[in-house]
Amino acid sequence: MTLEFTLASARAALRRRTISARELTQAHLDAVAALEPHIHAFITVTPDMALAQADAADAALARGKAGPLAGLPVAIKDVFCTKGVKTTAASRILEPFVPPYESTVTANMLRDGAVFLGKLNLDEFAMGSATTNSAFGATINPWQRADSNTPLVPGGSSGGSAAAVASGMALAATGTDTGGSIRQPASYCGIVGIKPTYGRCSRYGVVAFASSLDQPGPFARTVEDAAILLGSMAGHDPKDSTSANRAVPDFAAATQRGVKGLKIGVPREYRVDGMPPEIEALWRQGLDWLRAEGAEIVDVSLPHTKYGLATYYIVAPAEASSNLARYDGVRYGLRVPANDLKDLYEETRAAGFGAEVRRRILIGTYVLSAGYYDAFYLKAQKVRALILKDFTDAFGQVDALLTPTTPSAAFAIGENEDDPVKMYLNDIFTVPASIAGIPGMSVPAGLDAQGLPLGLQVLGRHFDEETIFAVGAALERAAGFTARPRIRMGEGA
Amino acid sequence: MSSSSVPLDPDTVRRIARLARIRLAEKDVAQLQGELGAILGWIEQLNEVDVSGVDPLANIGAAAMTMREDVVTDGNQTDAVLANAPARSGPFFTVPKVVE
Repeated sequence: MTLEFTLASARAALRRRTISARELTQAHLDAVAALEPHIHAFITVTPDMALAQADAADAALARGKAGPLAGLPVAIKDVFCTKGVKTTAASRILEPFVPPYESTVTANMLRDGAVFLGKLNLDEFAMGSATTNSAFGATINPWQRADSNTPLVPGGSSGGSAAAVASGMALAATGTDTGGSIRQPASYCGIVGIKPTYGRCSRYGVVAFASSLDQPGPFARTVEDAAILLGSMAGHDPKDSTSANRAVPDFAAATQRGVKGLKIGVPREYRVDGMPPEIEALWRQGLDWLRAEGAEIVDVSLPHTKYGLATYYIVAPAEASSNLARYDGVRYGLRVPANDLKDLYEETRAAGFGAEVRRRILIGTYVLSAGYYDAFYLKAQKVRALILKDFTDAFGQVDALLTPTTPSAAFAIGENEDDPVKMYLNDIFTVPASIAGIPGMSVPAGLDAQGLPLGLQVLGRHFDEETIFAVGAALERAAGFTARPRIRMGEGA
Repeated sequence: MSSSSVPLDPDTVRRIARLARIRLAEKDVAQLQGELGAILGWIEQLNEVDVSGVDPLANIGAAAMTMREDVVTDGNQTDAVLANAPARSGPFFTVPKVVE
């Protein structure tokens, strides 16, 4: 039953009282109970809290005072602090942490009446592209190749979010995107994900990875649903000095605009060697769909694209090494007892951080250390300026850009684990937008020969998510993507 | 894509780990020498880029930082602040003795 609803249609059914928030929530909790052993999307499930929130929503609906998300069961990536509910960032070092306060994004959703089913799995501290770096076990993609049941990765770092929404365990979910952590898992799981403009959503109460890149955003099964959830998550927050003091537009209305007269750019540097022909074909198909709807397709150049990943893997680890210095075993989280303070720090951090997080802290420490700062960190900040200028120049000619979201479909668990750099290459198409702070969405557009979903990425100008929603909705209508993953709630179940 | 590796000697790996306050087992040093060297070799491709005259971009948020009134907005939260402490004594965090 859960997959038959969208956020929008469930909201309409709740308002008509054809279903109660308690029934809808119970159906989703049942889906979690049935599918969780196969998918492992959650770190913490909060059924009692969810049912209490559902009852409150039913009361508000009965009074006619329901908020925009009243009674809608969603789930939260386990990097958003939730008051009284364990928040781990999928790390041993935060395993015992119960926040005494609520993140602004989740507080906004609670204000609007949302029901929280629980906290979703991710790569430790959001560092990864497969959700295999979680200290609490990998999440399994609900999709499988046509001819095999080999477990595939859901992408990452927000892999639990994507898998939960794709399989029907939640109507929608929150994620965070630092270099592609919303768009890449959305593509691998056949759903919609948007990384808004840097500053659109508050980072207050979000466990920090790389503060100049991190941005919360929604996952949903339709473009309209993503617009509804982003409308609730977004907004200025005095508690985050980088949050933008701008009104939140009506994103859902923008999905109805159409693309007639829009100029859509095709960045030639995104045609990389070794890209599978079916991704190339889907990209061309996407451009044809937009042209048929009245958009004009324009070739553009983003000359520094190839340096995006290397820039990212200096800037992000540098910020991470600084941000993660707070995990010292003194104020919260894991502590490994020791006889002196230095041993306590070193033993706690050795026991608390997984292999990838340790690698990135060490890389970050190296590139910020005396003698290397100019050669690595300062250089990367200058290349970052050039990458931003590439986008600024392109958006002088076009209204949005269309690219593939990823260079491949979902891969098997264990693949790409032998070489960190190979894993990093998954983010080749998503990282440049993060570096420039511009918004980007992945829309499911087709299946590969193995029956796995492939996404197209729409990029837009700073604070112009509305054009992205217009283009994303046009692609969604043209693609008519109705395929469902193999591991899911059955119709009628 | 550059595939050259930056050679890191074991002492450099140990020094970075000390700066990062992460204890390394001796067996991890050799492995990290290889992994970190490969990552640093890969990111050295930025040497190809001409950045003369380019100002470094530290933060993407173009707007200037806003100031607020310098007043207390929150407080008297001792128990909430200490609720997650691995060890406490009254209203204090506790750590192993620092000064002999």
